[in-house]
Amino acid sequence: MSEKYRLNKNLAQMLKGGVIMDVTNAEEAKIAEDAGAVAVMALEKVPADIRKEGGIARMSDPKMIKEIVETVSIPVMAKVRIGHFVEAQILEALKIDYIDESEVLTPADEAHHIDKRNFNIPFVCGATNLGEALRRIGEGAAMIRTKGEAGTGNVVEAVRHMRKIKSQINRLINMGSEELMAAAKEMRAPFNLVEYAARNGKLPVVNFAAGGIATPADAALMMQLGCDGIFVGSGIFRSGNPVKRAEAIVKATTHYQDPQIVAEVSEDLGKAMSGIDINGLTDAEKMADRGW
Amino acid sequence: MQKKWLIGAGKMEITVGVLALQGGFREHIDHLNRIRGTNAVPVKKPVELQKCSGLIIPGGESTTMRKLIESYKFKQPIINFYQQQKVIWGTCAGLILMAKEVEGENEDQLGLLDIKIKRNAFGSQLDSFVERNLIKKVSNIPQELVFIRAPIITKFNQKLEILHKKDKQITAVESDCLLGTAFHPELTDSLAFHEYFVNKIRNNKNTK
Repeated sequence: MSEKYRLNKNLAQMLKGGVIMDVTNAEEAKIAEDAGAVAVMALEKVPADIRKEGGIARMSDPKMIKEIVETVSIPVMAKVRIGHFVEAQILEALKIDYIDESEVLTPADEAHHIDKRNFNIPFVCGATNLGEALRRIGEGAAMIRTKGEAGTGNVVEAVRHMRKIKSQINRLINMGSEELMAAAKEMRAPFNLVEYAARNGKLPVVNFAAGGIATPADAALMMQLGCDGIFVGSGIFRSGNPVKRAEAIVKATTHYQDPQIVAEVSEDLGKAMSGIDINGLTDAEKMADRGW
Repeated sequence: MQKKWLIGAGKMEITVGVLALQGGFREHIDHLNRIRGTNAVPVKKPVELQKCSGLIIPGGESTTMRKLIESYKFKQPIINFYQQQKVIWGTCAGLILMAKEVEGENEDQLGLLDIKIKRNAFGSQLDSFVERNLIKKVSNIPQELVFIRAPIITKFNQKLEILHKKDKQITAVESDCLLGTAFHPELTDSLAFHEYFVNKIRNNKNTK
């Protein structure tokens, strides 16, 4: 493991127990920072709007990203299309803190993800199961997140992915060493990483919840399921009272094991984002199926 | 990490709190729990400080942690903890929060350590680094010092002892009851700093 990669994994560890919020301009970034976000994700349109408007979703305008970087002191992340390594080169040149190679944008390559080992900047990638998580880590991702259906306000997919990863790790833990190669073959994942997960009972990088988190209770649910922290996309700035909801989700993430506090912060938050039923989505509309 | 088999090794068990509002608190707890006679607990509410003989303020996002310290009214309880002359250690963001003054900021700090601090002093994440160095007071063995978007101490009260410098820049200080490191011993496999901290608590006359 290169020293740079180790430091990038360590950097992600410092985000644990925190909330990363999608913001579309400097003003929202400031609100997020003041509410206690550990980082912001700079993007032109939140996923709910990307779904509504359709068309090709690409990396955001560097000007807007730079304005956000100048506004806040917390780390800034931005998204690139799956496989679009030139967008990644651009974001690295802008000296932001993390790149999200994201299924929320329209994929640029249907067969290949970015070889993230070619970069010095840390990457976060989505995963629906353990094999996918380990493939992304094998490519150099320093942080993993679930691939819940972004922009739906429906947490069900994030729950599914987290439960799946956990149960697959539990299966590995109980395997004999001779079974691990077969498991690696079945999951299509690098053997050394399968072995790591089996020996340590966890991923070698932090694992955040993302996609469909809209309420403090959703955040606490994902934390109790074992996530290290939370991404909130459309859930904050497409709700009735963004400031209050942002603060509430931060507090629920810190005190996820304390129902009393989660109850207090859930009070009177105004209207949550309205949301979409995932069963109503066609396969083409499902973002989690992008990438592999 | 189970350590029950270590209890009864001749030393009274001490309880050490790790401020668990955000950041790398789990890593500190795991390190402390590997040390004989030490029981580490996450501290999420001020009342939980009462059972602790020492406290670690971990690395994380200092802006976020400061916000949560304020929301959950931790400031005065931590200052009281210090005034009872109990031992406090801050790593990275924790060190920033303990400082009297942060360059370019007016926000209220805990103000425990009479130092001025500069955030992200080495640059961005691309300038983060690991070095191996001997800090004799802590261990006879060179330690890995992990600097991640680390701060440095630019001004300090002469009464403080300097534990480590990186290219003439101060990165670790200590006093009778305080320890501050710009680097992250909890991100290495070594227990040296945590053992040093636990001994500091044990040797403190105010430890129950």
